[in-house]
Amino acid sequence: MFHNERENMKDFNEIMMNRRQALTLGLSGAAALALAACGGGSSNGGDAPAGDTAAIKAGLICLHDENSTYDLNFLNGFKEAMANLGIGEDSYMIKTNIPEGQECYDAAAELADAGCKVIFADSFGHEDYMIQAAKEFPEVQFCHATGTKAHTEGLANYHNAFASIYEGRFLAGVAAGMKLQELAEAGQLKGAAPKMGYVGAYTYAEVVSGYTSFFLGAKSIVPDVTMDVTFTGSWYDETAEKEGATKLINGGADLISQHADSMGAPTACENAGIPDVSYNGSTQDACPNTFIVSSRINWAPYYEYAINATVAGEAIDADWTGTLATDSVQLTAINEAVAAAGTAEKIEEVKAGLADGSIHVFDTATFTVGGKTLDSYMADVDTDAAYEGDTEVISDGYFHESEFRSAPYFDLQIDGINLLDTKF
Amino acid sequence: MIHITKRKEMPLWQSLSVRLGAILVAIVVCGFITTITTGLNPISVYATMFKGAFGTPRKIWILLQEIAILLCVALALTPAFRMKFWNLGGEGQILAGSLASAACMICLGGKLPNALLILLMLVCSLVAGAVWAGIPAVAKARWNTNETLFTLMMNYVATQLVAYFVIVWEVPKGSGNIGIINQATEAGWLPQIAGFKYLLNILLVAVLTVVMHLYLSYSKHGYEISVVGESTNTARYVGIKVDRVIVRTLLLSGAVCGFAGFLLVAGTNHTLTTTIAGGRGFTAVMVAWLAKFNPLVMIASSFLLVFMDSGAGEISTAYGLNHSFGDILTGIILFFIIGCEFFIAYQVHFDKKEGGHDA
Repeated sequence: MFHNERENMKDFNEIMMNRRQALTLGLSGAAALALAACGGGSSNGGDAPAGDTAAIKAGLICLHDENSTYDLNFLNGFKEAMANLGIGEDSYMIKTNIPEGQECYDAAAELADAGCKVIFADSFGHEDYMIQAAKEFPEVQFCHATGTKAHTEGLANYHNAFASIYEGRFLAGVAAGMKLQELAEAGQLKGAAPKMGYVGAYTYAEVVSGYTSFFLGAKSIVPDVTMDVTFTGSWYDETAEKEGATKLINGGADLISQHADSMGAPTACENAGIPDVSYNGSTQDACPNTFIVSSRINWAPYYEYAINATVAGEAIDADWTGTLATDSVQLTAINEAVAAAGTAEKIEEVKAGLADGSIHVFDTATFTVGGKTLDSYMADVDTDAAYEGDTEVISDGYFHESEFRSAPYFDLQIDGINLLDTKF
Repeated sequence: MIHITKRKEMPLWQSLSVRLGAILVAIVVCGFITTITTGLNPISVYATMFKGAFGTPRKIWILLQEIAILLCVALALTPAFRMKFWNLGGEGQILAGSLASAACMICLGGKLPNALLILLMLVCSLVAGAVWAGIPAVAKARWNTNETLFTLMMNYVATQLVAYFVIVWEVPKGSGNIGIINQATEAGWLPQIAGFKYLLNILLVAVLTVVMHLYLSYSKHGYEISVVGESTNTARYVGIKVDRVIVRTLLLSGAVCGFAGFLLVAGTNHTLTTTIAGGRGFTAVMVAWLAKFNPLVMIASSFLLVFMDSGAGEISTAYGLNHSFGDILTGIILFFIIGCEFFIAYQVHFDKKEGGHDA
């Protein structure tokens, strides 16, 4: 099954060559191996002898441990990549519960001392400390997920990575829209028009990009949908997330989704019998009566890419964005008991549209800001203390998310989404 | 039947050997638990813990730095504890000091000469920590409020205050993250001595330890603290102004916590987060108690706790075990160490008359 997916990816790769990420894709170790296996062409990343790959040492720094769904997602991706590359347990090191402070620098330096040639970190606040370590150990590659500074820092051994998770969110939104349509047809909506609720962590671009793409996915099915968003001010706060979801449900939401890492929102939905679109992984076991589908980032392709590039002595991209085609953006299995009939087929149809460029998530024809259609927007791509917009990101009729750097920068407040509180 | 009687003073060699025995028993128990639950060889687990603490020069520096900060907080709590004022607000006082330091770095970085900026940061941190401890102290002195609850609640206020300012200063917008402050200019960063990142922190705390020891054992203030701790009535009888001693001591306690916050921001992390105190305000309570409020013994007790924690981290990396496993071992060892104090202070007699019930 795995192999078939890879074969399909080859088609995606060819179709998506016009995209900025396509170059990255071609060089991606994982994709390259798949291409080679399918006879689709040769590439640099995958040519390194297996012996060399197995001999390299890699390290991972995590903010928490496997009890956090966010970190678990990275740990699973890392272990999967190690298994795929044939790197044994003695050759990789994982440091968990590393705070976003000097401890991260210390952990990175210790991993470098221990002989790691590639060091990954998983939390946004690790970034500056990874940069500090990168300056001190120029011969070691430092790869930081979710960060924003690699393209402006100009260090040859410091890199950022993310995935076009907005595409996954959009697909999950399609599943949500299908469900709302089903509820509307059955006359089971709470109000006249369908309404969704979304529990966010912070008013950060990553979250804004996530809930907006989710909303637009639903809107592509049910054009009259609206959405309330509440923020918890924490990436992981089970109580606040549960309370937030309950507040949204009491406010008339027919369906809930979330961008925060605990079981708070899914549990509130299960208790209230409100359908939920989850994040980071399936919550079907705990919420069998309300879970529809979940999107997640699969980090294994990036780990494989970065390690293969290091072994081959090639430069790792300053910004690497995983896509549906690299298998970095995934949807979990749909819960057929809750999802509307035909959801899986519709998702496949939209996925194909995203892949061939006929559908863009942030198509400016599908949303307005303050009642107006946008034809220009300067996004804050280069991080600075004044949050200054510096890069034109709208062209060809859509907002180019995750193309000028890997981390999301879509931070527009579009019409139809109502922010209940923005204190965070 | 079992009778428990208070012992007379136990000779030092005897009490030390009881403690040593307790640690040995704890290690054996931990060994059994390790083997039963994980199947690992306990000796190699212990060896890994030592490697985690002393394996490389970098690990030793990190260990010393962690000991220094924890010791600094324990030193801060000690004067209050000796007075039987249970200051559980160390966490909040550290945060107040950290916030003050970070505010100076962000608002004044590059506008003042570096030496002046660092001095200003130091003063602001001391004042902020002192104010944070002073508020519950005044309430205690004036209205006899419960200091345990009051200091504890001040922690939450400080955390929320820091959370607020993190959002004011966050980069990029909405991220809830400040990042390293003045990374390019290093304005407001404590200087490195001879290229060692943490040496200055360690030296400053070493000096503080000696000063605190002298203050508590040989100064008039230290004596007043002891008397108030023994009995406030006695203190009043001999003419000590109890209210004043309470407030003065808590200002000192808070200021030293603020100093720890200053070291964390200016010396170590160069950032501000709500978790920068890292629970040290509470761990330091244990450090101080284990050492019976003796500053010099606290070096040993903070070493023990930091060593166990770094060992726990190393075990989780080396064997893929959850960090919690290391914490379990730490808990067992602390249980035995604290438990043995009972046998040092009391004597247990097994009365044979009602035989069969003495277990």
